[in-house]
Amino acid sequence: MIEPITGRYLRLALEGRPHRLYFEEAGQGIPLLLLHTAGSDGRQWRDLLNDAEVTARFRCIAFDMPWHGKSSPPEGWQEEEYRLTTAAYTGMVMAVARALELDRPVVMGCSIGGRIVLDLAAEHADALRGVIGLQGSAFVEPYYDTAMLHHPRIHGGETCAAIVSGLVSPRSPEAARWETLWHYMQGGPGVFKGDLHFYKGEGDLRPKLARIDTARCPVVLLTGDYDYSCRPEDTLATAEAIPGARATIMPGLGHFPMSEDYASLRRYLLPVLEEFAEQG
Amino acid sequence: MILPVESLPARIAATPALRRWGRYLDADVLLEVGAAAWLLTVRDGQVLAVRRGPFVLPSFTLALRLDPAGFARFLAADPPPGWHDLMALRRHGALKLEGDLVPFFAHLFWFKGALALLREGAKP
Repeated sequence: MIEPITGRYLRLALEGRPHRLYFEEAGQGIPLLLLHTAGSDGRQWRDLLNDAEVTARFRCIAFDMPWHGKSSPPEGWQEEEYRLTTAAYTGMVMAVARALELDRPVVMGCSIGGRIVLDLAAEHADALRGVIGLQGSAFVEPYYDTAMLHHPRIHGGETCAAIVSGLVSPRSPEAARWETLWHYMQGGPGVFKGDLHFYKGEGDLRPKLARIDTARCPVVLLTGDYDYSCRPEDTLATAEAIPGARATIMPGLGHFPMSEDYASLRRYLLPVLEEFAEQG
Repeated sequence: MILPVESLPARIAATPALRRWGRYLDADVLLEVGAAAWLLTVRDGQVLAVRRGPFVLPSFTLALRLDPAGFARFLAADPPPGWHDLMALRRHGALKLEGDLVPFFAHLFWFKGALALLREGAKP
C-alpha cells in the first residue's frame, strides 16, 4: 500500500540565507499549513495527512523546520548555536506560505507551533483564514535547565525523549506514544534546546494577545489535559486574553495530540475544520 | 505513607527496559519523601543496596526530595492528569533535585520507570 502523501523539497531564503526545506502534502482545497512541535518534525502529522475526510477539502502541508527532520541547517551552521526566535519563526511560516503560493492558509501548530500561531494572528491576520493552536499558550514557565538537553555527557536523543515522555498521555495508544518519542530521539544535537529558547524564554507573547482581532483571524485552541507543560489553565488564560478566541480542553490527550492519538484529536478537530470549510 | 523501596532491586532487575535505560548508571541516590529517606546504591542500572534512614549528613551523588502529597498522587494506580510523571512533579514543585544532575538527566527514563515501580504496594 502506498499512502497518498507526497514529499518534496523547497528552496527558499529565510532571514537572507538559502535553505532547503522538506515538506509533505496531501489533499486539495483550502490550504492548511501544519507546524510540528519543538525538537520533532513533520511526521507528527502523518495521520492527519492520511485522513481522507480532511484531505477531501484541505490541501494539507507539513514542513520540517530548518535543523529538523529532513531539512538541514543552513550553510555555516557549524559556527553558530541554533536558537529559535519569534521573528524568525513567524518569518519562516509566512515565507513558506508565499513560496508555495498558499492563498490565505489556515495555520495549525502544536506546542511551539501552537504558540507561534498567536503571533501570526497578531501580525498577519489578513494573510490568514484563521489559526488553530494545539497545546498552545502565550507563555510557559521553565521548570528545568534546558542545558541538560545538549551536554557532552548526556545522550541528547534519549534525554529529549525522556523529558517529553510524560507529556504524552498515558491513555494514548502504545505504538503512537513511542513513535512520537522516537522522533525526539532522532533530533539533531541542541535543536530541541534551541527551540525551547523561543518556547520558555524569548517567545513570551502575553503582551501581544490584546492585539489579536479574531474577526479578521479566528483563533481556536485545543489542549489535552495530560499536558503539564502547556497546562489546560495556561490555554484557558490565553484564550481569555484574546476577545473572541475559543478554547476546548480535551480529556485524555497529552502534548502531542496529532501524533500520539489522532483518532481522539479528530473528534475535536473535524468540527473546527468544518467551520473553516464552510467559510470557504 | 508506606513505600516498597526495599523491593526496588528485584523489581528493577525484572524489568528489561530499565536494564537497558540504566546501562552505565552509577550513582548513590538519596530518596527523600517528607521525613522518610533511603540511600540507593546503583551500579550499571542495578540497585545493589537500599539503606533506610534517618541519616546524619549522608553522602550522595544526587538527591530526589519529594513532597509526600504530590508523590502520593503520582503513585495512585490511575494518577490524575498533571501528576502522572516525575517531571510533572517537578513542574508542580513537588520534586526537588540536588547534587550532580547529569546522571539524572542522562538516565531520565530509568528514574521515571524505577520510581513508577513503587506504585505496586504503595499505601497512603
